[in-house]
Amino acid sequence: MAVLNLVEAINRALREELEADSSVLLLGEDVGKEGGVFRVTEGLQQAFGEERVIDTPLAESGIVGVAFGMALLGLRPVAELQFMGFLPPALDQIISHVGRIRNRSRGEYTAPLVIRMPYGGGIHAPEHHSESNEAILAHIPGIKVVIPSTPADALGLLKSAIRDPDPVLFLEPKRIYRAVKGEVPDGEHLVPLGRARLVRPGRDVTLVAWGAMVREAEKAAGELAGEGVEAEILDPRTVSPLDAEAIITSVKKTGRCVVVHEAPRTCGLGAEISALLMEAALLHLRAPVLRVTGFDTVMPLPKGEHFYLPDAGRIVGAVRQAMNF
Amino acid sequence: MQFSDFDPLKGKRLQVLTPDGEVDPKLLPDFDDDTLRTFFRHMLAARLVDRQCMALQREGRLGTYPPLEGQEACQVGSTMALAATDWIVPSFRELAATLVRGVPLEMILLYWMGNEEGSRIPRDFRLLPVSIPVGTHTLHAVGMAMALRYRQEAGAVVCYFGDGATSEGDFHEAMTFAGVRRAPVVFFCQNNAWAISVPRKIQCAAETLAAKGVGYGMPGIQIDGNDPFAVYLATRTALQQARAGGGPTFIEAVTYRLGPHTTSDDPSRYREDAEVERMRALEPLVRFRRFLEKRGLWSQGWEEGLVRELEEWIEAAVRQAEAHPGPRPQDVFDHMFAELPPHLARQRAELLAAHAGEE
Repeated sequence: MAVLNLVEAINRALREELEADSSVLLLGEDVGKEGGVFRVTEGLQQAFGEERVIDTPLAESGIVGVAFGMALLGLRPVAELQFMGFLPPALDQIISHVGRIRNRSRGEYTAPLVIRMPYGGGIHAPEHHSESNEAILAHIPGIKVVIPSTPADALGLLKSAIRDPDPVLFLEPKRIYRAVKGEVPDGEHLVPLGRARLVRPGRDVTLVAWGAMVREAEKAAGELAGEGVEAEILDPRTVSPLDAEAIITSVKKTGRCVVVHEAPRTCGLGAEISALLMEAALLHLRAPVLRVTGFDTVMPLPKGEHFYLPDAGRIVGAVRQAMNF
Repeated sequence: MQFSDFDPLKGKRLQVLTPDGEVDPKLLPDFDDDTLRTFFRHMLAARLVDRQCMALQREGRLGTYPPLEGQEACQVGSTMALAATDWIVPSFRELAATLVRGVPLEMILLYWMGNEEGSRIPRDFRLLPVSIPVGTHTLHAVGMAMALRYRQEAGAVVCYFGDGATSEGDFHEAMTFAGVRRAPVVFFCQNNAWAISVPRKIQCAAETLAAKGVGYGMPGIQIDGNDPFAVYLATRTALQQARAGGGPTFIEAVTYRLGPHTTSDDPSRYREDAEVERMRALEPLVRFRRFLEKRGLWSQGWEEGLVRELEEWIEAAVRQAEAHPGPRPQDVFDHMFAELPPHLARQRAELLAAHAGEE
């Protein structure tokens, strides 16, 4: 088993899918010679040529709209947007066309494309480089939204996303691009979309977290263990469709739930998960479902981002509140 | 025909057929009599369907509908130039192009009657379903053209849109991508003078839209869009270049929308009747009728026979569309994903339960 970081795992997934299927191609700004701003596509243009790994003009709607056109004719394009902060210009294509074509054409046309983008804060980036807009995406019908938190998942989920017959948005937590390393199985490794991962079993409270927040939840669980509180951590891995079953089952067992996300709180996925639990597990709850989230503010610049981002301390605080309810 | 002979920056515009029905013999392609009559038949068919759709909408039998009256030459002339392997990416006003392509009329009616089944156009027609957002589909045409080239498949892509679409950001991104990638795509702009209530001069300060080709590294040509021969010639030349690896072309066909933008629009609020009357004299059916008559290919009796035949065809299609069973509740969910995810399965069951016992 190789030990890889997230960037290396995603690069391997892209390389393997480019090798396996000539209908897979990559496009985006700087993905070719430069290898992407985070070097995720490093070496791929050299290996597969300029017709397979395409450096595009700087135009997000164009990148997604063109990839969509390719997908309509049966290619499997993987488009890269440089940062989630630059997603808004492409949202029109995603909402108006990518998510709708199968339904609009009653299945005659489909859009098997993947749109990859780094997301989230914590790397001291400039403005418009730290957004965490997964809830906006999860609200759009007809697309799937995937977020890995380990190198093995990044590889296996991305390969599944590329092979998926429907459009998938693949959000990469850039804070842990290189900060997290892990074992990745050799050979073919696929992780199914729509299924949560049990990060750590526990008895007293369920922490639901994804992306870079899984690492914060793990730190919090370590600290809580010292206080005799056993936290179970669940990483949905796909925020749309959400693995509701796994979350409900876990909370029925623990009786408490804290949702952790770095996205703004209002109408965030924490609210969705909380509502799910009200509907499906109310009588199992021993405390209200609590949310540890970013604020409903613009993500601060580097000097202030630590005020905004949830960390282990805030998670521990919320769990204590749930335990003492 | 060379695009360079009709430089829009020098105020040139391609015209083969004058409003009086005269043709420039140097430019007229070598069509036989049957083909010439076919041009007229297609334009007349679209005109009659279009008027029937307006009438059906007024009777409450059809939803909001965007009429094409006046733009028949743009669509018939260009689609007559397509090969079977070429693709059509329409906006929402391409009734004539869709009919020439052979899509059954009852499907087109079904869509405007509010049933998605009308958009289940088999891929073999190589014609995408309509795109209601303005200009966004120009990018799809470029992606498809790039896919054709990547797969080394025959064919090119023709994308239709109006003058209003050239103001949208996606149009510029599409032109940029197509130019840079030398994509085999033809951008066909039907400049019909109005984007709902906003005139062409408020869409763009440039003298012509065709000049935009220059800025993106592709030929641009302005043509008389009410002249099916000019449309045919420009489209055929552009397609030949595209298929041969010569890259994209931008065609601005100057035409006129004689009716409202859609059945919800009231053009009397923003344009003078006198303008419409002036343009009516230039409309494609009038001038093509004159041309055929001069050649001895048209008579009152022939057209009347054609009208009767087309009216029967339209009536049968309307009957068929109206007899189509309405959607079932499960149809709301069944085409969202290849495989129904659990949350949609729950919502589907919820809706089915609410409609249990209905049939």
